[in-house]
Amino acid sequence: MSNPDLLTASDIRKSFVGFKALDGVDFSVRAGEIHALLGENGAGKSTLIKVLTGVLKPDSGVIELKGSQIAVRDTLHAQQLGIGTVYQEVNLLPNLTVAENLYIGRQPKRFGLVDTRTMQKQARALLADYDIDIDVGAELSSFSVAVQQLVAIARAVDMSGSVLILDEPTASLDRHEVELLFGVLRKLRDRGLGIVFITHFLDQVYAISDRITVLRNGRLVGTRETASLPRVELVSMMLGRTLAAATGHGRRDTLPQSSRQIAFSNFGLNRSLAPFDMTIHAGEVVGIAGLLGSGRTETARLMFGIDLADAGTVTIDGKPVRIASPRDAVRLGFGLCPEDRKADGIIGDLSVRENIALALQARRGWYRRMSTRDQTELAHRFVKALDIRTTDVEKPVKLLSGGNQQKVILARWLATSPRFLILDEPTRGIDVGAHAEIIELINKLCDEGLALLVISSELEEIVAYSTRVRILRDGVHVGELVGAEISTGSIMQAIAADQGGVK
Amino acid sequence: MSRLVPGLRKAAPQFVCLAMILFFNWLAFPGFFDLRIQDGRLFGSLVDVLNRGAPVAILAVGMTAVIASKGVDLSVGAVMAMAGAVAATMTVSGHPLLVVLLSALAVGVACGLLNGLLVAVLELQPIVATLILMVAGRGIAQLITKGVIVTFNDPGLIFVGTGSFLGLPMPVILAAALAIFAVAVVRRTALGLLIESTGVNRSASTYAGINSRLLMVMIYAFSGFCAALAGVIAAADIRGADANNAGLWLELDAILAVVIGGTSLLGGRFSILMSVLGAIIIQAMNTGILTSGFPPEYNLVVKACVIIMILLAQSVSLGAAGWLPRRVPAAKSKEA
Amino acid sequence: MSSRLLPFYATLAIFVLAYGVCVFQFPNMLSTRVAGNLLTDNAFLGIVAVGMTFVILSGGIDLSVGAVIGFTTVLIAVLISWYGMHPLLAFAIALAISTTFGAAMGVVIHYLDVPAFIVTLAGMFLARGMAFVITTDSIPISHEFYTALQGLYLRLPGGGRLTLIGGLMVLVFAFGIVLAHFTRFGSYVYALGGNKTSAELMGVPVARTTVGIYALSGFLAGLAGVVFSLYTSAGYSLSAVGVELDTIAAVVIGGTLLTGGVGLVAGTFVGVIIQGLIQTYIVFDGTLSSWWTKIVVGLLLFAFITLQRLLVVLSDRKRLLRNAPS
Repeated sequence: MSNPDLLTASDIRKSFVGFKALDGVDFSVRAGEIHALLGENGAGKSTLIKVLTGVLKPDSGVIELKGSQIAVRDTLHAQQLGIGTVYQEVNLLPNLTVAENLYIGRQPKRFGLVDTRTMQKQARALLADYDIDIDVGAELSSFSVAVQQLVAIARAVDMSGSVLILDEPTASLDRHEVELLFGVLRKLRDRGLGIVFITHFLDQVYAISDRITVLRNGRLVGTRETASLPRVELVSMMLGRTLAAATGHGRRDTLPQSSRQIAFSNFGLNRSLAPFDMTIHAGEVVGIAGLLGSGRTETARLMFGIDLADAGTVTIDGKPVRIASPRDAVRLGFGLCPEDRKADGIIGDLSVRENIALALQARRGWYRRMSTRDQTELAHRFVKALDIRTTDVEKPVKLLSGGNQQKVILARWLATSPRFLILDEPTRGIDVGAHAEIIELINKLCDEGLALLVISSELEEIVAYSTRVRILRDGVHVGELVGAEISTGSIMQAIAADQGGVK
Repeated sequence: MSRLVPGLRKAAPQFVCLAMILFFNWLAFPGFFDLRIQDGRLFGSLVDVLNRGAPVAILAVGMTAVIASKGVDLSVGAVMAMAGAVAATMTVSGHPLLVVLLSALAVGVACGLLNGLLVAVLELQPIVATLILMVAGRGIAQLITKGVIVTFNDPGLIFVGTGSFLGLPMPVILAAALAIFAVAVVRRTALGLLIESTGVNRSASTYAGINSRLLMVMIYAFSGFCAALAGVIAAADIRGADANNAGLWLELDAILAVVIGGTSLLGGRFSILMSVLGAIIIQAMNTGILTSGFPPEYNLVVKACVIIMILLAQSVSLGAAGWLPRRVPAAKSKEA
Repeated sequence: MSSRLLPFYATLAIFVLAYGVCVFQFPNMLSTRVAGNLLTDNAFLGIVAVGMTFVILSGGIDLSVGAVIGFTTVLIAVLISWYGMHPLLAFAIALAISTTFGAAMGVVIHYLDVPAFIVTLAGMFLARGMAFVITTDSIPISHEFYTALQGLYLRLPGGGRLTLIGGLMVLVFAFGIVLAHFTRFGSYVYALGGNKTSAELMGVPVARTTVGIYALSGFLAGLAGVVFSLYTSAGYSLSAVGVELDTIAAVVIGGTLLTGGVGLVAGTFVGVIIQGLIQTYIVFDGTLSSWWTKIVVGLLLFAFITLQRLLVVLSDRKRLLRNAPS
């Protein structure tokens, strides 16, 4: 590992209104290494990538490429400098041919027209380097995602050629395809490229990377040699708790044995989530722990009827019910605070009052309108109860802070007197004060006899409110911790475990 | 009542606009504000503006709901032609007035249901979905009338277009009744909230338990109903169904009325009464151009200028809100 | 090639089938005379449809084309008949104006980020209105140059005639095919329709391409106006009303995805000819009425839009299964 640093970023700072996305982060890639960049959502990975590729301008900090300082104007400029990026989703144009994707904007010309034959010959030669032998005249969309990723990589390397940044390239690949991709990456590494690799699959990190950098809450946690970093330590770096300090215990020692219960059995979704069983009693909080992409949100979507389970049954207090849509779920007294508040939660242009009354109104039916006075009263009640900070209940909800928006969505469900609430990352992107209030609220609701399912990547939080913790890994519910077993340490160990379940 | 005040303030630009147009009309034609009663019926340029503006106002009522749900209905002009054709041919073949009216309206609702299914179930873009009927509708109308202008003399049907009630022309009465009915339904029930919510964020609304699919189908069906009503009035007004020209370009006027009324093409907050006001503004403009001696052909130029001015105003206000510097638009930008 | 081109093959199959049915019923329709007339009668529609194909491929729409045709015919007629200008000069002026007009709409669409359908709607009002403002009368054009142009034709084997305007349409289609498939501009158009964000990230000059597309559409609408005035020997502000719909229908029936990114210029040619064929059939039949054209076109439109939607849904579903995190 004596290779020189190829790309270095030092003391990068970047703030958006209200919060620091990057707070003095150092990062470097060497020639001929694969460097994994890890962190949960909101850790600052994508902001760092955007700074390196010129999508965002850092507030301060220095970026050096091969020893000389650079100021990246935009992605095109980054490509010209030698930094190529391949994104997980939006990368190429599926409706163009493979050759066109490789050469758009720089197609070879003959007599002023695009020389398709030469272009395809060049494309074949280029892809031959990657052991890909496909019809380059066919549309990109006719190939598997893996091939599309490889084409994107080939394009990025061909245009840039010194640093290659891969943003979750494996998220939609199967095991065989991942192997194919890794073969290519190793070959590129041996050619002297510096490769930055973002993923949330720990197995893959250990399979391919030479070094690992972990970010958390916009700060650098550390950069380590992969070979000398144990798994559990890596998880603790990512989740921000050391094993030694992890002594918190579950808040309840005994399981409440209420007869009021919601039981999901054999629930699963083709390819994304292995079938699982789960019974949630009134008055308990089931925490869901697992890394990003382990099937946490998929579990919530399935329970709420957004995605339809392939098989499986649900019973409430022993009676079988059908959940085929969110409407069914709402009618049964379920509520969901989704992970992406802006896209799936708030109705931005509508007022706080209307946002709070919405679910209750939807359940009452359109013809039984709640009067504006009732709505206002309801809104005021919850604004007071949840301490929602807004100057006016008529204010558009999009003008509120993240924490208060989250409380509005919670209020929307509490107004329906639900029996079961699913909270997906309820504290993400929320300031510290509101954070504590929401945790307190979860505990209070549980005491009042509500059943809750809470998904969170904040382990301390999960420990603080859960009566049971479900552990998810790679789309499988692999184990459960109960009562006194629950601690940040035991959760981390369960997440990091190589094989099999805990228990 | 306290809620009315901010509402009125928001409507100020439209009222100022209307007042200015009326003022210019008065300059061009000093008798513009004269009203007289003859045979128990009001006459005058103002009444004329309302009367001629009624079909577009009726279309605008339905179009408002469609646009509030983040859609658009291009088929209303063609649906007008179809409904007019149905009403005329059925009258000619001797069906009673009630049957005629119900059938014509049913045709409109059926067309709207088709649009709604395409938009809500097949998830087609609204422009694309409603384009189909926009093209085929006029052909179907011609098929019904066998390609001729079907004229009729049934006093009942003619009354719908030219009669008067309480001193006001029937079209005005019908448009007002429809608008009041729609406002009442939308604001007395929760429909208004549900439509706005779906228009702003369909995904979140579905998660909140709203049956957004059914809602969208009903909205398009209502738009079809309004179009059919406007079609019957237009046919009754000229005592005949002209499949080629009935409702021609009126879909564009209806969209324009809604936009002038302040409902965003991106969906969300809407006001039916403001759209009706928009329709009146358009008609006042038309009448003004006519009475001031300009050839009626200037109408289209003026309308184009109005659209361009609205676009500029909107993009300036978007720019002020920090929306304009549009490097790398959000991934969802194709939906517009 | 791929399922995305299925609509195009469907179009071809429908055309062959329809022509077969026509010939079976009226053997006379299998003649170069009918073929030549098809080209001549649909020349203006075909020319404007080439421009519309580019617009729709890029994910946009242009509602102004019918009005631009109408405006152009009036302008040319007035320049020639009232001001005694030579037709060639009148053509040049008309084309310059229509191209500038299209480019201006492209500028507004790109820089103000307003939906194309609203901008071109304003353009439609403006163009139609300007035509009305010039004159509402139908102005006949009688100029010996016009007569000469109208008399030009190539005799086809079998007695058919390929007139100047029919030939011009074929040329425009050839030009469109080359532009779409053999130039960088063409690949940019497809790129925009595929995914604007990706295209921008990959270095496609979005602004230049957008303005170019609408300028091209404006130019071809102007050219269609020239052809229309040659076809009718007159300028009338109400000519070509609703042609934008026929044009969009031809493009979609030709297999181009209305949401952009997928389609062929050659497909549009077939789409135009299918529409012409329906009209010809109706003329030959003699008992059917002209409105059947609209109904059949509407039905075809419905069938194609639904077919395309189903294909998209199917391929999405396939991708969803593939992309599911494991």
